[in-house]
Amino acid sequence: MLELDNVVVAYREKPVVCAVSLTVEAGEIGCLLGPSGCGKTTLLRAVAGFEPVRSGAIRLAGAAVSRPGQTVPPERRGVGMVFQDYALFPHLTVEANVRFGLRGRPREEARARAERLLGLVGLAERRDAYPHQLSGGQQQRIALARALAPGPQLLLLDEPFSGLDVELRESLARDVRRILKEEGITALLVTHDQLEAFAVADRIGVMADGCLLQWDSAYNLYHRPTARFVADFVGQGVLLPGTVTGDGRISTEIGTVGGDLPEHCRPGCRVEVLIRPDDLVDAEQGVPAEVTDRAFRGADFLYTLRLPSGAQVLCLTHSHHRYAVGDTVHLRPEVKHAVVFPADVQGETRRKDAEMQRV
Amino acid sequence: MTWVSNRLPPDGWTVGTTLLALILALPVLTVVGYVMQPAGEVWRHLADTVLTDYVANSLLLMLGVAAGTLLLGVSSAWLTSACDFPGRRLFEWALLLPMAMPAYIIAYTYTGLLDFAGPLQTLLRSSFGWGYGDYWFPEIRSLGGAIAMLSLVLYPYVYLLARAAFLEQSVAAQEVSRSLGAGAWRSFFSVALPLARPAVVTGVSLALMESLADFGTVQYFGVDTFTTGIFRTWFGLGDSAAAAQLAALLLGFVFLLVWLERHSRRQARYFRSGSGYRTQARHRLSGWRAAVALAACALPLALGFVVPATQLGAWALRTAGRMVDADFAALVFNTVGLAVAAALLTLLLALVLGYALRLRPTPPVLAAVRTASMGYAVPGIVIAVGVMLPFAWLDNSVDAWAREQFGVSTGLLLSGTLFALLFAYAVRFLAVALQAVEGGLGRIKPSMDDAARSLGLRPGQVLRRVHAPLMRGTLLTALLLVFVDVLKELPATLILRPFNFNTLAVRTYELAGDERLADAAPAALAIVLAGILPVILLSRSISRSRSAADA
Amino acid sequence: MRTSAVLAAALSFVLGGLVQPAFAAGEVNLYSSRKEELIKPLLERFSKETGIRVNLVTGKDDALIQRLRSEGRNSPADLLITADAGRLYRAKQAGVLQPVSSSTLTEVVPASYRDADNHWFGLSLRARPIWYVKGKVDPAQLSTYEALAEPEWKQRVCIRSSSNIYNQSLVASMIAAHGIAGTEAWARDFVGSFARKPAGGDRDQVLAAAAGQCDIAIANTYYLGTMLNDADPAQREAAAKMTVFWPNQEGRGTHVNVSGIGLTAAARHRDNAVRLMEYLVSKEAQRWYAEANHEYPVRAGVAWSDTLQAWGRFRADPLNMGQLGEHNAEAVKLMDRAGWR
Repeated sequence: MLELDNVVVAYREKPVVCAVSLTVEAGEIGCLLGPSGCGKTTLLRAVAGFEPVRSGAIRLAGAAVSRPGQTVPPERRGVGMVFQDYALFPHLTVEANVRFGLRGRPREEARARAERLLGLVGLAERRDAYPHQLSGGQQQRIALARALAPGPQLLLLDEPFSGLDVELRESLARDVRRILKEEGITALLVTHDQLEAFAVADRIGVMADGCLLQWDSAYNLYHRPTARFVADFVGQGVLLPGTVTGDGRISTEIGTVGGDLPEHCRPGCRVEVLIRPDDLVDAEQGVPAEVTDRAFRGADFLYTLRLPSGAQVLCLTHSHHRYAVGDTVHLRPEVKHAVVFPADVQGETRRKDAEMQRV
Repeated sequence: MTWVSNRLPPDGWTVGTTLLALILALPVLTVVGYVMQPAGEVWRHLADTVLTDYVANSLLLMLGVAAGTLLLGVSSAWLTSACDFPGRRLFEWALLLPMAMPAYIIAYTYTGLLDFAGPLQTLLRSSFGWGYGDYWFPEIRSLGGAIAMLSLVLYPYVYLLARAAFLEQSVAAQEVSRSLGAGAWRSFFSVALPLARPAVVTGVSLALMESLADFGTVQYFGVDTFTTGIFRTWFGLGDSAAAAQLAALLLGFVFLLVWLERHSRRQARYFRSGSGYRTQARHRLSGWRAAVALAACALPLALGFVVPATQLGAWALRTAGRMVDADFAALVFNTVGLAVAAALLTLLLALVLGYALRLRPTPPVLAAVRTASMGYAVPGIVIAVGVMLPFAWLDNSVDAWAREQFGVSTGLLLSGTLFALLFAYAVRFLAVALQAVEGGLGRIKPSMDDAARSLGLRPGQVLRRVHAPLMRGTLLTALLLVFVDVLKELPATLILRPFNFNTLAVRTYELAGDERLADAAPAALAIVLAGILPVILLSRSISRSRSAADA
Repeated sequence: MRTSAVLAAALSFVLGGLVQPAFAAGEVNLYSSRKEELIKPLLERFSKETGIRVNLVTGKDDALIQRLRSEGRNSPADLLITADAGRLYRAKQAGVLQPVSSSTLTEVVPASYRDADNHWFGLSLRARPIWYVKGKVDPAQLSTYEALAEPEWKQRVCIRSSSNIYNQSLVASMIAAHGIAGTEAWARDFVGSFARKPAGGDRDQVLAAAAGQCDIAIANTYYLGTMLNDADPAQREAAAKMTVFWPNQEGRGTHVNVSGIGLTAAARHRDNAVRLMEYLVSKEAQRWYAEANHEYPVRAGVAWSDTLQAWGRFRADPLNMGQLGEHNAEAVKLMDRAGWR
């Protein structure tokens, strides 16, 4: 449905998005995840038609809508958009906002469509209210209804939950996914919050410095990150140095683990292994580590531990496993298939890493 | 799919708006151009004798009017927006009424009342048996008097903008301040006022620009300022170059003012947040507090409008039979027609330039628009000459060319037409309309444009369906402000108008200039009455925009 | 649609103004610094008599001269009327006037009240004498303008600001008599005689004197004339407290000034314009000046108003009016230096 082919977007001469390629299939929800300033919103605006592309092409349902020097204007793309600040029209009622994009449809049809969408977002009874009379979450849902009303072939959402309370964010994110799936909408979301991305999207792309590092499912991003930045940004965890043993496993300070070795890696070569908090368990025996910090999270504790070498690791335990700061805990790895990166011997920057690993 | 070019705002737009802004800056530039002409001898004379007076008096006048308008405007704006007391609803709109009162007219009426020979002092003398020199009474014809007169009719600018700003403020900021232990007064000075500062500064700078341009009041009171100095140098000394140089110096003051205003506004540039504002709970005042609030609002209204209007009314009753005739209807028609046409034209220009600044603030457009905006502080007669010279030059050049090419004379095509006059008004009052338009545009978040486009609207439709309704209040404000200003305008009208074309202001001036105040009263009162209606409309549109969802 | 109706009305208003015919046969166009009230009745009579339509713009003298200058040879104006001889002199210097040879004009208007080259002609006359409060000043103490600078008048005189043309031309006439240095010395002393900072108009000086703020007021004759005949009793009473004193009767005479008329260099309706000029010095028009605004006619043998007659005849300074214009700039500078604000 949506295809980006080596898209470059630039302000003046400075490239903001570098040669991004990705595909969102019909009915799928894609997500661009990354820290602020990584170019994800710019890319979204290019898809919407607000920014021209410097090179590459954007195709919607097979037809090119952006290529260098030519841009189909936003109003002719059939692309809906939900803005970070919602951008509701303050001079129009809720219903009029939703019907804004239904101009030219028969009156009765437009009314019914608006009614259906207001029902879908659960705000039918507020149809005569003005935007400033609504709460943030309600405004967000109206913005969604408004963007969906014309039946766009693609829906874009720019940080749609960033202005909301944390509790509201999660429930609303689930609601949005449900609505999009029920309606069979193809969508592309932009966010800096991985939980939001995981809750809504089928396929997520992590962006850094204008480049797309990995375009994959949430599970794979977490368990099979292909770039050090992705490993770092998605989920918690630390990289521990290790050495490849004769049998192709990796020996680290906390024990020996198995995983896919980098190319050209022979026994004895130095690597780094991603250790997630749930990859470690406290045991009767194992590597001793000192508790330096702990966070109670209801069902579990998240401990920060110092290994004898001084390296810090995180460990998630059941909340019955109580230790005090200063206690010594014995750790054992429980990793089926570890994520392994070549050792960062030259101290290469993330940026170079990103370039090497570009999707 | 249809393809359109990427280069969104076409270059013709940039070129066109730059050109337009330059044309509007032409009168000011013409005056500045005179600086190149030598005027050494007269200039030295001015520097030796009166220049320090001009500078000192102009500065003191500005300081005084700034203090006066701040005091009257901010206090009344705060009281009517944040407090509740008897009469508040009346004051909300009535406090704008002094805006309809031309400064020179209020100066005439107060002189009639407060002068040594006036009824008040005469009454004092006859009641106490005093004679001249036996008692102290403030001299109305003084710098202080001029400051008082100008403050009384100009404070509504500050009131208007400050009130809008106070109403827009989120109640949360106030509550936070109160919850942190600051009392109502400290909350006002440390939160509400700083938040409203850009609006207040804009209001004060408008008032100060008007004061700098004022001629009638200071001249009548015998206060030597730049404006009277320009007249004196030009007419008394017959030296237009030196007069223009004085005008250029005056522009220096204005430039400083504009810069200060811009600077203050840049520091606090914000779009209104998406969540909008909630209705602010008013402090309910009672007892002596309510009385003080009532007095603080009643005073500027009474002194700035009720007293002078009553005096005018009393005079007009006596002379209306003689002065109001068939010609008077034509005067009213001319005045109102001219003011409507000028307001529409100025608004249109301000819109075009406002969008030029929003979409493509290139340095040439920026410079030209700022130059053109300075016209507001330039005395009307200087603008008039700045319009007259280039228009006449253009007319005569076209005429000479036509004579040479075709042997026909085209005569004067623009000079001496209503078009020239309207152009002068546009230059003079562009700043007022532009302030309003820029303010209105600043409130339309760019994401609203994007949202409308993504919902299928072309750029032109976005203007009509999103900007127009959102800007309606703003546009009305700009329209009404210019309308009222044109009603009152005198010097440019006087010199640029076509044959047999009179306005109420011209009529008032001619009679008042001949010291026939009572005879001038009907025309003066008609100006005030013509100005009241838009002023009331203005305040109603502001209240409505608050109570409804209008941004 | 309401908006479009307003737009249409405004547009038709502007277009109406644009196509307004500025010139046609049987017309004459006039720029006048005499206020409309004080010229239009005469113009209407002229139109009625001759069928020639008069188009009028009023304004400030110098602004009108500036307009004539910038419009150049295409100026629609045929005639310029000013309320002051100095400005006619200035208009002549600016080259916007042309000579008129009309025996009527040269016969009726005395030589000192018209330009030597017939570029302009005086129409009516006003004097600027001394007015004193009855009973507070012994007229025997008064003699000349010059004597008002003496210590006995310290803080007893009300006079308006030096920005005003009446004072400028009064001082210009003194420069003609005493030279710059002599006049400046006088002006310095004269400022000491001011009872208050100069402000307001001529009427205000009379009102202040009548109310007791000063004993002497300097004001033009027609202001007193109109005050004495005002509908407002306060104005009548104040003026009635004052008596005229004609200064400098032993010497050059009381200062007078004219309002006058000149034919513009660009005039297209020359014949009509000269007819209007001649009409304005006719007996009928001259009588109107005297009756309606208490000005002295320039034409001999025209009856004065009762008010003017009551003040009696006086010797007027015979200085040619052009001299007032010549010395005007010097007069302003001199007053600046003397501290006469």
